[in-house]
Amino acid sequence: MEFSEKMKAYWQANVRLLITCLVVWFVVSFGFGILFVDAMNSINLGGYPLGFWFAQQGSIYTFIGIIFFYTWKMNKIDKEFDVDEE
Amino acid sequence: MELQTMIWLVVGASFALYIGIAFWARAGSTSEFYVAGKGIHPVANGMATAADWMSAASFISMAGLIAFMGYGASAYLMGWTGGYVLLALLLAPYLRKFGKFTVPDFIGDRFYSQTARVVAVISLLVISLTYIVGQMTGVAVAFSRFLELDLFWGMVVGMSVVFSYTVFGGMKGITYTQIAQYVVLIFAYTVPAIFISLQLTGWVLPQIGLGATLADGSGTFMLDKLNQVVTDIGFAEYTTNASFGTLNIFLLTMSLMIGTAGLPHVIVRFFTVPKVRDARKSAGWALVFIALLYTTAPAVGAMAMYNLAKTVHTGENISDNQTLSYEERPQWVKNWENTGLVKFTDKNGDGNIQFYNDKNASFAPQAESYGWKGNELAVNNDIMVLANPEIAKLPNWVIALVAAGGIAAALSTAAGLLLVISSSISHDLLKGIISKDITEKNELLAGRIAMTVAILLAGYLGLNPPGFAAQTVALAFGLAASSLFPALMMGIFYKKMNRQGAVAGMIAGLLTTILYIFVYKGFFFIPGTALLPDTVDGWLFGISPQGFGTIGAIINVAVAMIVAKMTPETPREIQELVESVRIPR
Repeated sequence: MEFSEKMKAYWQANVRLLITCLVVWFVVSFGFGILFVDAMNSINLGGYPLGFWFAQQGSIYTFIGIIFFYTWKMNKIDKEFDVDEE
Repeated sequence: MELQTMIWLVVGASFALYIGIAFWARAGSTSEFYVAGKGIHPVANGMATAADWMSAASFISMAGLIAFMGYGASAYLMGWTGGYVLLALLLAPYLRKFGKFTVPDFIGDRFYSQTARVVAVISLLVISLTYIVGQMTGVAVAFSRFLELDLFWGMVVGMSVVFSYTVFGGMKGITYTQIAQYVVLIFAYTVPAIFISLQLTGWVLPQIGLGATLADGSGTFMLDKLNQVVTDIGFAEYTTNASFGTLNIFLLTMSLMIGTAGLPHVIVRFFTVPKVRDARKSAGWALVFIALLYTTAPAVGAMAMYNLAKTVHTGENISDNQTLSYEERPQWVKNWENTGLVKFTDKNGDGNIQFYNDKNASFAPQAESYGWKGNELAVNNDIMVLANPEIAKLPNWVIALVAAGGIAAALSTAAGLLLVISSSISHDLLKGIISKDITEKNELLAGRIAMTVAILLAGYLGLNPPGFAAQTVALAFGLAASSLFPALMMGIFYKKMNRQGAVAGMIAGLLTTILYIFVYKGFFFIPGTALLPDTVDGWLFGISPQGFGTIGAIINVAVAMIVAKMTPETPREIQELVESVRIPR
């Protein structure tokens, strides 16, 4: 029983982290790059209109950041719940 | 050295490398054949995944697509990278923990159903076969164009090279050759881009050059100038050109993302790493290696468009109406005219080249006042990458490198697809359903025979491409998005999803998506059989067939949920399987 409660908490921690990461994923691509692109374009990043930059550059960099952040955080959660592979 | 000799030398050296690797990395067991013995380092796997993922289309065609679509092409850039976030977070670690060899393996076991396994195999085969036709055509075209070989012999050489390392090496041979192919292709893509960025903006990194000022001393930003130039010749503004509307960019981006995450040849790459944590990390590295090309491509596209417009319209401003005389055209135009990728027709008979958008009705009066009688330069998308080294006046070895890079991109993707096709036949159909007690040795033999047959079939289809080759990419992504991705997601995240729900969902998603594409593109893409016009007005709620995968996925989930509620609950032991998949140890 105790084992299964602990695993439930582990899974909830994972899902919470997943949702946070996916919100960022959605905001930088679908939000900044598509839905609010016109508003974002009124700001400039060097010669890039910001919305255009997110659509063709920024979202891709953020995607990389999200994956490594998730990996790092998840490895910590794995250790905390003693389910890591070491 | 003569260019042709140089190309033969560089391409030949790259082949010798691939075949050498193949000889060194032969597969001795089914585990090595299907998943490289699960022993690939996560960074190495990331690099192999990047080569597997980036096809001839990414390498040769994408920059040209961006050049002509501007902002509108962002759907491809975000769609083909954002899918890796979904893979890393939602699928790869859990499927790696499950620990078998193929995608239908998971679907069949998780939904305790041979029907589900068969539906998964069918989706996998349709997706991978449609995808591979384009790759083999790409291989043949690259060979015949760069090596000046006949298309048939180009295909024979290409198939022999692929044969040498896929049939003997399986996943192990494929992985190590893909790593070498990645190095070749990324070098070939970025070197010309760096030189062009240096020439135009003075910045080494094209990603920065695109957002910087031009090096001509004017102090104008590259993108501002490009916007002005393209609107002056009748195209939509580069940075805001949303030719098919916000809704469709949204849906297309989403379809490409979930389609990417559902493509079997990408998913199986994450079965090859030793641990669950490696699967997560490896997806991150894959995206780093992909991003090197994908963040360079927007600069290549924009700068190529700028160079093209400025080469043809020689005046300070377009309105000066000074255009290039055909007699004085640069050498690269002459070179590529032979291939038909650039074509000049002197419509107004003035002996000069006019390049503009003659489809834009509101620009027509302006063009007429210049004395232009239609666009005179037909430019193929592919030229933006292929002719880049010549436009930038780079030495012959760079041109040879681009040839080797294009071939590497096509071969690496073809090999990955061939592997999932052959393993779905030898492992999922033969061992999983037809003859469960087959020995490992015979299964390995069956895998090699299936691979050989798949290569011959792909070669045949590449030489005689069905008329719909260009349409099939939309179909492959749409099907992956609407069938496999939702089934895998629900298998991991929804314990109560049972076999009836999953099978009904997959079939519903698959059929609605195929039907929607066929209604607009013709049944089995046979011309004249389309029921409705393929335009915004003809589309249901204005949804394009390319973007329909998203809707198909939603239908899949909805049907699966409803059916699961009405049918018996998932057995206890399956729920326990799901629980174990969720935990790394």
